Formats: sequence, C-alpha cells, structure tokens
Amino acid sequence: MIPTSFDYARATSIDDAIARLGAASGSAKLLAGGHSLVPLMKLRLSEPSLLIDIARIPGLSGIREKGGKIEIGAATVHHDVATSALLLDKCPALAETAATIGDPQVRNRGTMGGSLAHADPAADYPGMLVALDAEIHLKGTEGWRAVKASDFFQALFTVDLRPDEIIAGVQFTPQRAAAYAKLHQRASHFAIVGVGASLDVSGGTITAARVGLTGASTHAMRLANVEAALAGKPLSDATIASASAVAGDGIDDLNADIHASADYRRAMIKVFTARALKEAAARM
Amino acid sequence: MPTSPVLPKLVGSRVKRREDPRLIQGKGTYVDDVKIAGMQYVAFKRSDVAHGRIVSIDTSAADAMEGVEAVFTGAQIAEFVAPMPIGTPFPSPDHRVVATDVVRFAGEPVAVVVATDRYVARDAVDAITVRYDILPAAVDPEAALQGKPIVIHDKFPNNVAIGPIPGGTGVSPDGKSVDDSAIEKAFAAAEIVISQRMMNQRLAPSAMEPRGVVAHYEAGKGTMTIWSSTQNPHILRTFIAMMNGMGESQVRAIAPEVGGGFGAKINIYAEEYVVAGLSKRLELPLKWVEDRSEAFVATIHGRDILGYIDLAARRDGTVLGLKMRLIADIGAYNMLLTAAIPTLTMLMANATYAIPAIRVTLTEVFTNKTPTDAYRGAGRPEATYFVERAMDMLARELKMDPAEVRRKNFIPADQFPFHTQMGAVYDSGDYEKALDRALQNADWDQLKKDRDKAKAEGRLVGLGLSMYVEVCGIGPSASLPTGGWEHSQVTIERDGRITATTGASPHGQGNETTFAQMLADQFSVPFEHVTILHGDTAVVKQGIGTFGSRSQAVGGAALHMAGNKVKTKMAKFAAALLEAHEDDIVFENGRVSVKGAPAKGRTFAEVASYAYIPVPLPPGLEPGLSDEAFFEPSNNTYPFGCHISMLEIDRDTGEPKLLRLVAVDDAGNLINPLIVEGQIHGGLAQGIGQAMIEEVVYGEDGQLLTGSFMDYALPRAIDFPRFELDNTVTPTPVNPLGAKGCGEAGTLGSTPSIVSAAVDALSEFGVTHIDMMLRPEKLWRIIHGGQA
Repeated sequence: MIPTSFDYARATSIDDAIARLGAASGSAKLLAGGHSLVPLMKLRLSEPSLLIDIARIPGLSGIREKGGKIEIGAATVHHDVATSALLLDKCPALAETAATIGDPQVRNRGTMGGSLAHADPAADYPGMLVALDAEIHLKGTEGWRAVKASDFFQALFTVDLRPDEIIAGVQFTPQRAAAYAKLHQRASHFAIVGVGASLDVSGGTITAARVGLTGASTHAMRLANVEAALAGKPLSDATIASASAVAGDGIDDLNADIHASADYRRAMIKVFTARALKEAAARM
Repeated sequence: MPTSPVLPKLVGSRVKRREDPRLIQGKGTYVDDVKIAGMQYVAFKRSDVAHGRIVSIDTSAADAMEGVEAVFTGAQIAEFVAPMPIGTPFPSPDHRVVATDVVRFAGEPVAVVVATDRYVARDAVDAITVRYDILPAAVDPEAALQGKPIVIHDKFPNNVAIGPIPGGTGVSPDGKSVDDSAIEKAFAAAEIVISQRMMNQRLAPSAMEPRGVVAHYEAGKGTMTIWSSTQNPHILRTFIAMMNGMGESQVRAIAPEVGGGFGAKINIYAEEYVVAGLSKRLELPLKWVEDRSEAFVATIHGRDILGYIDLAARRDGTVLGLKMRLIADIGAYNMLLTAAIPTLTMLMANATYAIPAIRVTLTEVFTNKTPTDAYRGAGRPEATYFVERAMDMLARELKMDPAEVRRKNFIPADQFPFHTQMGAVYDSGDYEKALDRALQNADWDQLKKDRDKAKAEGRLVGLGLSMYVEVCGIGPSASLPTGGWEHSQVTIERDGRITATTGASPHGQGNETTFAQMLADQFSVPFEHVTILHGDTAVVKQGIGTFGSRSQAVGGAALHMAGNKVKTKMAKFAAALLEAHEDDIVFENGRVSVKGAPAKGRTFAEVASYAYIPVPLPPGLEPGLSDEAFFEPSNNTYPFGCHISMLEIDRDTGEPKLLRLVAVDDAGNLINPLIVEGQIHGGLAQGIGQAMIEEVVYGEDGQLLTGSFMDYALPRAIDFPRFELDNTVTPTPVNPLGAKGCGEAGTLGSTPSIVSAAVDALSEFGVTHIDMMLRPEKLWRIIHGGQA
C-alpha cells in the first residue's frame, strides 16, 4: 500500500479519540481494523492527514450481557462476534452474520464499528442489526447519543455520525428467533443481497417481525411491508411465503453491477427474505 | 568397515517440498527484499483512458518535489530505450515501452518517476498531469473486425493482428495451399452437425507475488545485474543485453524466490526494460515493484478466445469432421509470445480423437485492452474446451453417454506416435485407460443414478466429463525462438556433497526437491547432501526457463544426463582407487565399491576427495568432478487425462456448487507424486476458477471493471470439494525420464467438465450451452426464463 503521507496517533480512551478528532477538524480518520479505510487509502480515494488508532482503547472491544441486553464494543473483530459463546447461545443470528463476512483474514482484523461507520451498501452487519432493532451508541464532544440502526444508515456510505463522534458500540435485546441469509458476491464475499429477520411469536402467532435488508440498495433498511405482512399472522410456511413475496417491492434504486442486475437483486430479496424468515422460525 | 544405512529410493516417493519451510515462514528472499545502497525507486504514471491521443504531459510539479530524482515522459524514454521486442515471427505494431503519442489501453505507461523512496515516487506520479484527446475504444473483438472499426494501430487498418490463418486437413504447413475437399466431404457426409459459438473468457493470472524488478548498472565495471520476478532469467538476460547494447556476458539476471508466475512471468515487460535502461542512464540502482492494482492492468491477461465450432458426425456418434473459427482478442499489443498462444489452440484441435478432417482458422485482433499472453495452459485449455464442449453437445443431442461418444472416437492406444491433422505428433497415449479409470473412480453408473434421483427430487444436479491432451515439455528448439533445450551442471564437491544447477527456473514447481531426489538416487547419497541451484545466470551457466510444463521433462532430463556424465568420471576415479575396472564400480548407500565385493569400497566422500586431490592422478583423467549437459528433446510431450465433475445449481438463486471433481491424469513417470498432486490441485483450482468465478470484465469505454480482488474472484478452498485424484502412467519416449509434465493439466479437463455438468443440470430448460463464467444470475435466468 502506497498511501499519501499521514500522521498516526494511538488514542488512549474514547475521550482522547474524540478530542483528537475534534482538533483535526475533519482531516482525521479513526483506524481500528483498517478493513474499510485502508483499501480506500491504498487507492488514494481517502487521504486523511491523521489516523487515530482506536483498536487498543480499553473497553472498546468485547461482548457483554447487561440487564438482559447484549453490548458489543465497536473495536470487536468479526471473528470474536462469530465465535462468541454468549451470542451463539442467545442470539446466534448475529454470530452467523459475522461468520459470513469476507474470509478469515478479514474477520480477524475487521471490526463491528468500522463496518458500521463505513456503511458499505453491501456490508452484512447493517442488515442484521436493523432486524435486531439495535441501538448504536455514539459519543462526541457533546456527549452520548443512541441511534436506532434503522435511522443510522441514511444513504450511500452515509450514516448519522457527526465529525467529532465515535461509535462506542451497539446494544440490542438478544433474539434467538432470528437469522441472516445472504447471497455471496464470490470475489469480495460481501452481500449481493443480505436479509436479517427477527420474529416475536406468541401462541403460534407472529406478534412482531423485523426484517432488515442490505446489499440491494444504497443502504440498509427495514422492509416495513414484509413486517406488516407478518405481524398478527399465524407462523406458517404460507405466511412466510406471502410476506416474502412483497419483499423489495417499492425499492426503486436497486443496485446493479457486473455481479448482479437490479432485476436479479429484486428476485433475490424475496428468496433471501424467505430463507431468513424460515431459519428464524426454525429457531423458535 | 562402517556399515552404511540403507538409503530409501526417492524417485517416485512422496518427499515433502524442501522449499516450503522457508516460504511459509516468511524467510524467502523476493525481489522486493533486495536492497542496494543508494537504490532509488521507480513509479509509472499510467493511462486512465483506454484509447486516446496524448495532448500534453505536465511533469513540472513532479519535477519540483523534494526527493524526485528525475521524471521522464514516453518521448524522453524513447531516446534511450528501444521499442518492445517480441518473440514471435509475426508482424507487430510499434510498441513503445512508455507511450509517446497514443495510449491504447487503460494502464499503459505514459511517464516514469525516479525518486528517493517509493512513497515520494507515487506522490510524484499523482502530480503529473496528462491531457488526452479521448478516442473511442474498441472493446468487442468481433466489432473491432467489422465495417469501419475504430483503428488502434495505423498499420493494421482492420485491427487484424494475424490471419485468418488456416490450419488442419488439406492445408500445407506454410498455410499457403488450402484444399477444402476433405473437410467439405466430412460435413457433406454428416448425419448431424453441432454448431456453437463459445467464449473462452479473459482471465487475470494473479500470481501471489506481483512483478518486480531491481536493476543495478555498475558503470565502473560496465555490468548490469537485474533481479526480476521472472520464470526465465536467461531469456531476460538475452533481452536486457540486447536492449541495452551490452553483451550477454555483461548482464547477470537473477530470479530470486518467485511467488508464482502461471505464464505471466515469461514475458519481458516494459517495466524491466525501463528500469534497466534508467539504471544505466542514471548510473543508479533502481527498484520497481508492481502493486496489485497495477498487476490487473499491466501484467498480461490470459485466454480470451472466441470460437465458432462445428462438429460433423454420424448418428452413431462417429465424428467425421471439425471446424473451428477462432477469434483471439489479444488486446492492444503483441507481447513476447502473444501471437503464438492461440496457435497452440489450433495445434491441439485434434484433442484425443481420430477426427478424419479438421479445419481451423485463426484471427487475432487488437482491442483497447491489456495484452494477452501465456496463462497456465496457454492455448490448450481453449482447444480442449471447444472440442470437449462440442463432444458433450453431440452426446446430448444423440442421447448417448458422454463417455461412450468419446470412447468411440479415441485415437487408439496402438496408433502412437500419432500424427494429427494439425501437424502434431502425439508421443504416447492410452486415452481409454484414463477414461476407464476415471469412470471407475467416480463410479460413473452409480453417479448417473444419483443424478437422476436428485433430479427426480427437483434438484438441479448435473454431470460433466472431459478428456484432454496437452502439449508440454516445450522444446524442441524448432518450437521456441530461444531454443527449446535445457541445461544442467552437476558437481560433486570435494566433501561428497552434490551441487547441481538447472536452467529450469522454478517458481512453485518444487525443482529443488524433485531434482535432489533424482540425484540422490542416481548417486545413492542422502537427499540432504544434494543442493539444487537455479535462478541466477551467474551461477546457472545456461538455461531457457520454466513454462509449458517443461521443467521435469526437459530440465530434469538435462540434470539426469549431466549426472550420468559425472558419475562415469567418478567411477573412473573409484576404479583407480580400488584397483578395479570402472564397469564394475557400483554406487550404493553412500559408498562406491566393486560389484560383488562390497567390502572393497570407499565412502562416496572419499572418492570425491580423491578426485580433487588426485595423488596419483589416474592416467587420462583431469582432476575434479563436474560436468554439464544440454538436453534437446526430440519432440514435445503430450500428457492427457479425464476429469469428471458433479455440480448442483440452486434453483432459487442460480448459484452453482461443485460437489465432486474426479481427475485421472497421465503425466508419464512421476518423480514425486506429492508434488504432482500439488500441481494438479493448483491447476484444478484455476480451471474451476475459470468455469465458475473468474472473469475479466471491461466496460464499453475500455475501463477494466474487475480491477481488484473485490470484483475479480480468485478461487479459495471454500469453492472446492475434496479433489479425487488418480493417475495412469504412460511414459514418453522423448526423454530419458519418461516424464511428460503436469503443471498445467488441471486447467484443461476440469473447465469443460464443469460447464458440461451445468448444462446437464439445467437440461430440463432446453439449454445446450452456457458460456463461462457460471455467474449465478446467468443460470437463474435460464431457470426462470419467464421472469427474467
């Protein structure tokens, strides 16, 4: 990699990182695993003057259970999410999502926070976190904020993150009846289409459903029409089939590239919505 | 008398590669590890347009940067570096090492920076401003030939680089006399004709180590040392000397550890000429190392041959004739062997079959893309693909077992050496044996039942089978502009250790292991006592290089011959020492003794020592134990085999999954089956990659859309089932080892077998052919034709 020259600083705490970000007034980038940022720097599409390394900030990585919720630190690498005993027990869908990211080298370096901040339209975590109704915890010079995942991803590579803010972690209520299904792009192993699904079922009836889509469009989003088609219905193959049939309807800015046309993506949204829902239902 | 341990016979055994510990522990020395005091770095400004006239180049900002030694435009470079030479006899357009007026592919160099470090050099490249008058790009090879096309080279007004060249039945060897009667008769007699347009798509070789070069011209000595990640340092030396007006004796070329080549590092590239030329001009040691983004555009691509195939047959499956009209998209320029590669597709059109009449015509066309050249298999996978897919289509049309259609048309085992319609002389073969072994290993009849059962359950499962024969062991000298021999020198050191050199310059083939096995057996000494040196023209006196699966068949044969010469001389020294006749001297378990009297002997080291301190010197002998050999093969070798694939396609998504791959390969005698399996594995990986996930894609403007591993898929372990390998052994008579070569074999049969399996899986949708790669969307559209 031959990037433009940059300074490097290792942040000792979240506040230290925030202070350095603020001082650099927009010309600094946070570095954790480097798996989103470094490829851009390599191509000189990103030319930060300062890299603030947050990978070693105490407490910024790790997976914890607290008050019935699970918190994952932003600097947690995908491999640790994929192999977390806590997640595999209480929320296997998120561990599975992490296990589908890239390849072993990527999973041992790339971080949850980096993936969310970069917000590649084909990234895996956003689709699942939207379905888990996760909160993303941010801290900046003005203090803490919590943003719903479904509000965080706003547009192509655009998230609700201010220039002086850092992602500290994500928090969500663990859900066993959830799953992530994905069509792999064979080169990058990003998602051509990825769907996260989470079901609340009571007495055989779906009381609530959350479905998150990634890869298909500019950014991750909830599929409200699918959720509506599931809510209040009996959990059955027929319900899943009819709800999946409307998945992707109304999305008019589907991605198209050499790997998949918009038409194909539209069809795959339905296929992978059904697969995610079936897998989630099987985990009841 | 000390008893010697019994040494195991090593040839034919699975000795682990002695190269691997250092390579997998990061202890290898590659070009980028070479550092010389005062060395500066070179970076290339490359065209970001596919076709354009250079209006202006402003290098002033780059020149002014601190740490920049010099900046050169193409015109300035042209003052002291000649245009690119090629290694084929075909007409070729002017090709500047750095473009002077027109750029013809995105990635072509337009300016060069020399700076104190790599980062400054890159910054300076970014500071150069080039303005282009952008011209339309020729991207589609057929469009580039038709009407009034976009002209890439003025002297080639229809973009036709070569051709159409006719070959085959009724065509004289010089191509000037063409008699169509036999091929016309074959098609007139046909009861069925299979016709198909097939694309054998462009691939990026993608060696793990990109290219790199360090050049050090020492003005005081008038010598040049060049380190390059190359498959053939001796050929590099020849061209570097020629291009710099130096004698070959003044140039030393070194290929240190080379992290893969796959054919792409046969070429001598513009960067090698420029870095060497600049080192001489500036009297500075210089380094350039390609980055991965550069490798995708600046290193040659492979394949990219379009075939219009017609196969004439009787309804009993007997093939009567074959027509292949080939259009090779060679990109913007001829590189070293570019023009010759598609001629290998012509040469191998006979495949494994006794086809009575064949007509191939080849046209090579310029387009605004990266030039093509040799990539693992180099012309033979394309021939195999076209013929084997056509054979499969014939079997499907006739509702015959694909194995039986092939069996019906094989060149019989008693017909070798076999003169093909294309002018090749197949050295040896037993195709039916390889087919039968593969059918047996795959349990073909059961496999067909399994497929039928899966299909009955609604699954899209298919089977594919492919034969192949390739031309390997490249030599003899008539087949290569450099000569087609190989060289080796074997030296018994005075302590009894053996040092041998080989001109077959390995870059993953494991010659340090296999060649040591051979000498250890030849002299009956421990494997650890043998060292194989390669990759340095100052150490290895002569050589051609490693490509075309030749290192064992040609290089190994030279080693064997040199070893025999030294052994003969050593026997004379032993005879003098033991007061016996040289014909009675035997080499056993590290000892040299008299036949039938093992007690009457000396250790191998004692005899070696005597040869260097010959007191007394036996009459008629010079001191020392060192000799060399050049091996000139009498013919190429023609390895063959049969690959069987089982594939399942996801009905909902179109995703293909390879379930089984059964390969039977016949590379003649094997020195080290473990290394051969490794070579087959690598070849299969790349053959499967071509069928399933690899494809270089250009946009209509000539921009490369697969310019990184984010978009160009290289196969990984998760893409494969466990390979089921086996081999038959049909030795070649053309070298003393009976070895044929195995480096490329995996890329030949696997690819068509997988595509045929995909067609079989989707047969219910009426599909008869699918172009590679097997992109899921493409398959999904076949399955869901109505929705697509």
